[in-house]
Amino acid sequence: MRKLALSDEILLTIDKPARYIGDEVNMVKKDLDKVDIRFCMCFPDVYEIGMSHLGIQILYDMFNRREDTYCERVYSPWVDLDKIMREKEIPLFALESQEPVKNFDFLGITLQYEMCYTNILQVLELSQIPLYAKDRTEEHPFVLGGGPCSYNPEPIADFFDFFYIGEGETVYDQLLDVYKENKRLGGSRKDYLEKIAQIEGIYVPSFYEVSYHEDGKISSFKKNNNHAKDTICKQVEMNLSDTFYPKKPLVPYIKVTQDRVVLEIQRGCIRGCRFCQAGMIYRPIRERDVEFLKSYACDMLKATGHEEISLSSLSSSDYSALSELIYYLIEEFNGKGVNISLPSLRIDAFALDVMSKVQDVKKSSLTFAPEAGSQRLRDVINKGLSEESILKGAMDAFRAGWNRVKLYFMLGLPTENEEDIEGIAVLADKIAREYYTITKDQRNGKVSIVASTSFFVPKPFTPFQWSRMDTAEEYLVKQKFLRSKLNDQLNRKSIKYNWHEAELSVLEGVFARGDRRISKVIYDAYKAGCLFDSWSEFFHNELWMKAFEDNHLDIAFYTSREREVDEILPWDYIDVGVTKAFLWREYKRGISEKVTPNCRRACANCGADVFNGGVCYESREGAAL
Amino acid sequence: MKIRIKFTKTGTMKFIGHLDIMRYFQKAFRRAEIDIEYSKGFNPHQIMSFAAPLGVGLTSQGEYLDVSLLSCDEPKIMVEKIKGAMNENIQVTGFHFLSDNSKNAMSIVTAADYKVALKDGYAFLSKVEFEEKFRAFYQQKEITILKKSKKSENQVDIKPSIYHIGFELDEFSDKIGQRRENTVDISETYENDVKIYMQLATGSVNNLKPELVIEAFCEYAGLTFHEFAFQVHRMEVYAEKNSGKKPTEAFDIERKLIPLEAMD
Repeated sequence: MRKLALSDEILLTIDKPARYIGDEVNMVKKDLDKVDIRFCMCFPDVYEIGMSHLGIQILYDMFNRREDTYCERVYSPWVDLDKIMREKEIPLFALESQEPVKNFDFLGITLQYEMCYTNILQVLELSQIPLYAKDRTEEHPFVLGGGPCSYNPEPIADFFDFFYIGEGETVYDQLLDVYKENKRLGGSRKDYLEKIAQIEGIYVPSFYEVSYHEDGKISSFKKNNNHAKDTICKQVEMNLSDTFYPKKPLVPYIKVTQDRVVLEIQRGCIRGCRFCQAGMIYRPIRERDVEFLKSYACDMLKATGHEEISLSSLSSSDYSALSELIYYLIEEFNGKGVNISLPSLRIDAFALDVMSKVQDVKKSSLTFAPEAGSQRLRDVINKGLSEESILKGAMDAFRAGWNRVKLYFMLGLPTENEEDIEGIAVLADKIAREYYTITKDQRNGKVSIVASTSFFVPKPFTPFQWSRMDTAEEYLVKQKFLRSKLNDQLNRKSIKYNWHEAELSVLEGVFARGDRRISKVIYDAYKAGCLFDSWSEFFHNELWMKAFEDNHLDIAFYTSREREVDEILPWDYIDVGVTKAFLWREYKRGISEKVTPNCRRACANCGADVFNGGVCYESREGAAL
Repeated sequence: MKIRIKFTKTGTMKFIGHLDIMRYFQKAFRRAEIDIEYSKGFNPHQIMSFAAPLGVGLTSQGEYLDVSLLSCDEPKIMVEKIKGAMNENIQVTGFHFLSDNSKNAMSIVTAADYKVALKDGYAFLSKVEFEEKFRAFYQQKEITILKKSKKSENQVDIKPSIYHIGFELDEFSDKIGQRRENTVDISETYENDVKIYMQLATGSVNNLKPELVIEAFCEYAGLTFHEFAFQVHRMEVYAEKNSGKKPTEAFDIERKLIPLEAMD
């Protein structure tokens, strides 16, 4: 029997032992004596969340295709096991071999959201790897980061040996080849970092120095090592149909968040919503070939036995062969007990037809993300969704038997006023009124509308990266105001209101646009007991506030401050293709309520055409709206 | 058609709970492209029922589930097909056709055989001491334990629910009147050799967990009971041969137990 890192006694005491035993269906097994490189891939959150992440499945497959490399996985131990591991000094281990992570060559951490930062320190500490990169020696693994938060890695720069800016498919092979070569030549840790600093997309924070003005703004950002590059260019995979994609994804034993086959149909987005970081950093939009997707859908369902397949993209309706793909999936699988789930689909006649074919009408609800309550504010954020199309979509669906609607909004968007907030309540009420225009015998009971608001957090590489963010107090005032306006509506009883916690969003705002000085705050908060911050039951705002105070750093400096066009932003050394000039232009257009058409209607000259492909080189004749 | 599948659950799979085992089988059947019948309605699910769910931490070589198939090949081919979609720690060992009017596995379970073995590394009695004391414990007229439920506490005599015990496989086989093959579970690797075989009442009417017997023994012998010190391995699950017929006299009826796989 495979030897497990944890004893029976521990595994039978903790919640969900299956999180820690590995051995899932399609897990890769390799002979450790026959590999040169051991790579541990980490998602710094609990297993059920981490296992649902597509990126890791892609990289896991890609690494393990190399004969000389064994890629294994690790996730954050839940708090029950965390406690035991600390008490008994059990080193954190990888699921496949059950061997300590500290013995690996690399620990790669995916950075999907800011509130997982303390979990990174947990993984390092439990692995018995020094938290600060500067304290690591030749015997420690290289700790690297990638994923959306690496587009401003500065707040966690001190904990990482290097970052990988861009999509994983591109330069990883080079990193591993150079590692083997360096090891063969007896090169040091520093030698390796100097070699890879020359690879496009690799950022080694210790090769750069930041100085600050007295007011806290950055005065200069300079490299201190000649091997380092002046700018780090984001790496993208331009041919998505001719690249890595797992045909045999891992199948967990326990129910995970995404317990289904995930088919990524395209990357990027044409829409240009001004708050959306993914829509900017993943430009240009690139589609996968529909025949490729059909064949992968079949292979993946066969290899996993999953009973659901989900299409993944930022805006599925923009995929050019969507109807062909969906009708194929319905035809092939819907009769065989396979559910087809279609997130990010605009509600139109096609969507309703598809939904009525694949979903149980009584159970599903419609989802709209207008993001803002008024047309004026939707123009500011460039969200191309009109009230008319929401009402029409809802009405068509009501007539077809739906009676539940979910609405997503943000509070605190730039230029927001009371009318915009009230607009959320009015829109929710209008949808309910539409429903009740249907005669009683034709409709399906009462309507249920759920309006949710999150707080707007400005992100790097978006037109709003210069914007002021509301304080927690301002957010709460807005949320209460909206609550009261919802209560004023005729159909208030049909409308349920959910909101996000303000304090968490403010902290997210600091990490999103923070600089290197924030590393110490994260370190102190972690040492004071912060962990699993994105889980509200473990979020301790007061510990965070104290950590900022102790380090003499002001939250408002990072969040509630409008930035000037010429300020050096902490992430300015990264080149994502989309230019700063375009983002600034979009910022100004947003403030003056000007809409920018989507990429297929007109090119806005954002700069992403440097990657020589995707939508930038499509013919725009007869393009869809 | 109704099918009864027998399978093992060993190694790391002992940490996977019953509900997840169900999901595991559903996926494995899909991977193996088994022509399984789905229920009708809004949320179709595979028609599947398990006999006597096994607790987390226990291993087994005698697990059963019943499924309904629309078409299938010979048992031998089917076992191979399912195996191909399985993990080494869940192995299909039997595939039996059932008559259409047969009762489902869950409802007919009345007894099970267990091997309970002391894991290495725990301070406990030696093999000789253990067997001697356990015999004395078992020879008591009544073995009463305090059964705690949410509402009340009850004194219960578990002696009638312990059908047979044995310390060696041959001895146990003789007592239960069935030949048992040597087991291939983890306990064979333990060095201490402290172990006991038991046939216990199992099922919805009367159910006795082997852990409870050991706990009662520890109390009797004045020993501390360590919850994780013993590895429980289920060897077989039985139904009453004449299930459905009423016993004429409650006490002298002879139990005729047959393994679930021998039912039709």
